[in-house]
Amino acid sequence: MNNRINLTIDGKTIQTEAGKNLVDVAKENGIYIPTLCYFRELNPLATCRICTVKLNGRHTTGCTIKVADGMDIEVNTPELLDNRKAIIEMLYAEGNHFCPSCEKSGNCDMQNLGYDMGITVTRYPHVFSDKIVDFNPKRMIMESNRCILCKRCVEEVKTKDGKDVFSFVQRGVKTRVHIDYEQEEKLSESEALHAMNLCPVGAILVKGMIHEQPFGERKYDLLGKNILPKVTSVNNNLHKKENEKFIVATTSLAGCFGCHMSLLDIDTDLLDIIEIAEFNKSPLTDIKKFSKRCHIGLIEGGCANSENVHVLEEFRKKCDILVAFGECAIMGGIPAMRNFVPLKECLEEAYLNGVTTEIGAHIIPGHEDIPKLLNNVYPCNEVVKIDYYIPGCPPNAQHIWKVVKSILLGEEFSITHDEFKYD
Amino acid sequence: MTFHKKHLPRTSLMDVLWEIQRKKRHIGRDDMSKIAQQFNMSRMELEGVITFYHFFHRRDCGKYTIYLNSGIISRFSGRKPVKKAFEDILGIETGNVTEDGMFGLLETPCIGLSDQEPACLINFKPFTNLTPEKVADIISSIKKGARLSDICDKPKSIIYYTPSKDRTVFFKPYTTFSALSQLKDLHPEELIEIVKKSKLAGRGGAFFPTGLKWQFCRHNVADQKYIICNADEGEPGTFKDRVLMEEHPELLIEGMIFAAYAVGAAKGAIYLRAEYMYLKEPLENLLSTYRQNGFLGSDIAAKIPFDFDIYIHMGAGAYVCGEETALINSMEGKRGEPSTKEFFPVQKGFLGKPTVVNNVETLCAVPRILEMGVDTWLQIGTDKTPGTKILSVSGDCPNKGIYEIEWGMKFNDFLKLTGVEKPKIVQFSGPSGDCLSITPDEGKTLRSSQRKSRDYLTDQEYDRVISGEDITCGGSVMIFNESRNILQIIKSFSDFFVAESCGICVPCRTGNFLLNKKLEKLLHGHGEKKDLEDIKAWSEIIRTTSRCGLGQMSNNSLLQAIEKFPEEFDRALSDNTDFNKAFHLDEAVAEYDNIINELTSDYE
Repeated sequence: MNNRINLTIDGKTIQTEAGKNLVDVAKENGIYIPTLCYFRELNPLATCRICTVKLNGRHTTGCTIKVADGMDIEVNTPELLDNRKAIIEMLYAEGNHFCPSCEKSGNCDMQNLGYDMGITVTRYPHVFSDKIVDFNPKRMIMESNRCILCKRCVEEVKTKDGKDVFSFVQRGVKTRVHIDYEQEEKLSESEALHAMNLCPVGAILVKGMIHEQPFGERKYDLLGKNILPKVTSVNNNLHKKENEKFIVATTSLAGCFGCHMSLLDIDTDLLDIIEIAEFNKSPLTDIKKFSKRCHIGLIEGGCANSENVHVLEEFRKKCDILVAFGECAIMGGIPAMRNFVPLKECLEEAYLNGVTTEIGAHIIPGHEDIPKLLNNVYPCNEVVKIDYYIPGCPPNAQHIWKVVKSILLGEEFSITHDEFKYD
Repeated sequence: MTFHKKHLPRTSLMDVLWEIQRKKRHIGRDDMSKIAQQFNMSRMELEGVITFYHFFHRRDCGKYTIYLNSGIISRFSGRKPVKKAFEDILGIETGNVTEDGMFGLLETPCIGLSDQEPACLINFKPFTNLTPEKVADIISSIKKGARLSDICDKPKSIIYYTPSKDRTVFFKPYTTFSALSQLKDLHPEELIEIVKKSKLAGRGGAFFPTGLKWQFCRHNVADQKYIICNADEGEPGTFKDRVLMEEHPELLIEGMIFAAYAVGAAKGAIYLRAEYMYLKEPLENLLSTYRQNGFLGSDIAAKIPFDFDIYIHMGAGAYVCGEETALINSMEGKRGEPSTKEFFPVQKGFLGKPTVVNNVETLCAVPRILEMGVDTWLQIGTDKTPGTKILSVSGDCPNKGIYEIEWGMKFNDFLKLTGVEKPKIVQFSGPSGDCLSITPDEGKTLRSSQRKSRDYLTDQEYDRVISGEDITCGGSVMIFNESRNILQIIKSFSDFFVAESCGICVPCRTGNFLLNKKLEKLLHGHGEKKDLEDIKAWSEIIRTTSRCGLGQMSNNSLLQAIEKFPEEFDRALSDNTDFNKAFHLDEAVAEYDNIINELTSDYE
């Protein structure tokens, strides 16, 4: 029987064998369908939904399609591309993905898809739900904050007597993957490593075996070189008079000032900036109060206390365009890790019980002049409207410069894979 | 893999869990270890199964567990004072167990008693038409030691409407076994031909042709095949299957016998939702009667004698199990997650064997078609959908109950039957179905001036016809009158999907959760125009990328409501600003203020 069939993908006619998996067929023909849960010979799970394509006009997942004659498949329509982006963004909003502090950063499939798609921020508000980091298993750590519930480990990792090591528990938004301690002990070293490598994100870690590659030579740092830069168009309405210099303001809210340090790394290009722009309120000028309206405001850090909120709102009122730069401003960053700890415990740890507190300390400072801590650390865009985002921890200096310059001059800009990082 | 004889088959897992849950009021650690061993599974996998179903509890849920319906119909029927009465009398808030461990007060989505709300289940015995006084009586009777089976209500079968006698299909007297005599004259293929000719289609709401399904299954060669009756009717607002199983359980059993004969299945199961636990015993008694009369068991008399028997599988609280592949997973003792649809159940279903999953109403129709003759049946209803359809009517109308209507009835005429005054929304087929909007007074007078531009929608809908040619219905019809807030209704539907998502795919799991938050924002008056744009865009993403029908259909009503009640959404929205109105600094620092106040009072 002749197994050869014809199908079209995005209008391109392709000849292949019937029954093959669409993701593989597309790949062989130079069409990339991103996936997260699909894994080699593993039965397609269709849990991550990223490979959603259109088959004869109907939405379905690419990984579950066995190709047949006459199929008409759409992969890269604007709608489908945006759906894929939306799903990755949803995963970022749902989990607690702090790339700068993640062992898998640079080797993470999801992070890499984020880079590929040029995701600077998620369109959804962050859920910040409290999830367990389970250190109890003998060999592994289950970091539920990072788990995307792709189900690979649940389906693939079994003990020799056929029992599940990883299982889904609960349902709905409370669904988690938990490890069975007894079964986990039965796994050999290599089986445990297999589980870690199977995980597309940094949810499954093997103690003592976490950093596979040194920084700088990570999987997607190398792979990414071939990927074309992301082009962003600028559509701004700066209220600037002719012959007037651009006026820039910057601030650091709940951040570490690292983004401002990166700003200084712009280096000799800073001289160019001075040519076209002047700085108003900014730690760089030490101007504390806005003395005039600004064209652009750069925000580092999220909102952790009442002062941060006031400053941010002031910036929104005084600047035509607001740019959140750095992970803390974009999604709360490292400070937002306290969102899973009750505020009282945070204060007690900082002022009473921490190892660095003075022995006998018994006061948590409280005074009307001290800014009040918020219940959570909020990303800037959950308080005011933010116009542009520059990811990174800190963002690459070239990245910052390109964005700022292009916004001011109203030009399109492109960011290379090298410059685009979440960590 | 070695298979020890002593291990129990996984298909009996849920029965074992039910037994422990019933006896001990929760499934504890020790029992879990024991069960995991008995079924040769890891403890965590077992925990995954237990925690999937909301009627299985890891913590004590009280000697008497009260499940109060949390749905919108119950809410609009006066649930608030009833809930308060329970809380006051028991001295606990909903979601808790009394200190003495006697009573647990919990909530659950629709319990299939929408025509007799507010209602609750106490240890799965029904109590209907509750009032605060009735609640006090019930609790004091229980405390005095009354048996639940003595004091519970028998849910009424309110059959409000049937067509003229010669055009009624379901709700008219039936002589038990009578249709089964035709087995002797019919070859299975002939039976399938009759069902195909009847154009009977899946009455759960999907309307897949039943005869075709049976034929596919028949043609798949296997040593074992299964017939499963999907009696997991979980769509909020529906209760037709409950009434069918109360009034004509014999039709259901005979329908299954016909189905088994047609496809060559030797085993059958009724997947009964836990909320209908009180129907289990009567059904089991009836199954015994069928066995005693030789209509179940081995060598059933027919043109080609065959073996067939039926057992009852109890669900445990998961709406998604109404989806057939999820239902099959659940019957296999797994989490009730839908499968990837790589195979249809008629190819690889229960235990990997060809399986037919049919709705209660579908199966009940089969003996009736054979009884009246397919030609008579075809004269009832419309060309595409012959016969009648059973609708469960609830909400703001005096005539709640079951309506057996002939397909082809005008929506307008149907509404008149319900006696509703000033209707606003008729929710067809449950939260994932169609949100039909109506204007009062014959659909001609407009409700408000803003409505003018869109009145074509309402006129069209008023003239719509309930049939396969126009608007179909799975069974749930919830009517809301003018006084109801559309946002509140939609939010309640959204709550339902958030609670019932199986959690396997992110669009449904978290997409619906985020959408729910947005709706909350709107309800609190913090919404801006761009929030509505987000709601529309996010709904579209959920619809196109979700893994199963639950997610794909979850925002149907929301999108329709936005289109049909633009002025109500407009009213809830203000113009776009650069500030998030849902963020309130005073609320965000309230916790800090409390902590500092508490501490400073300590220092003093």
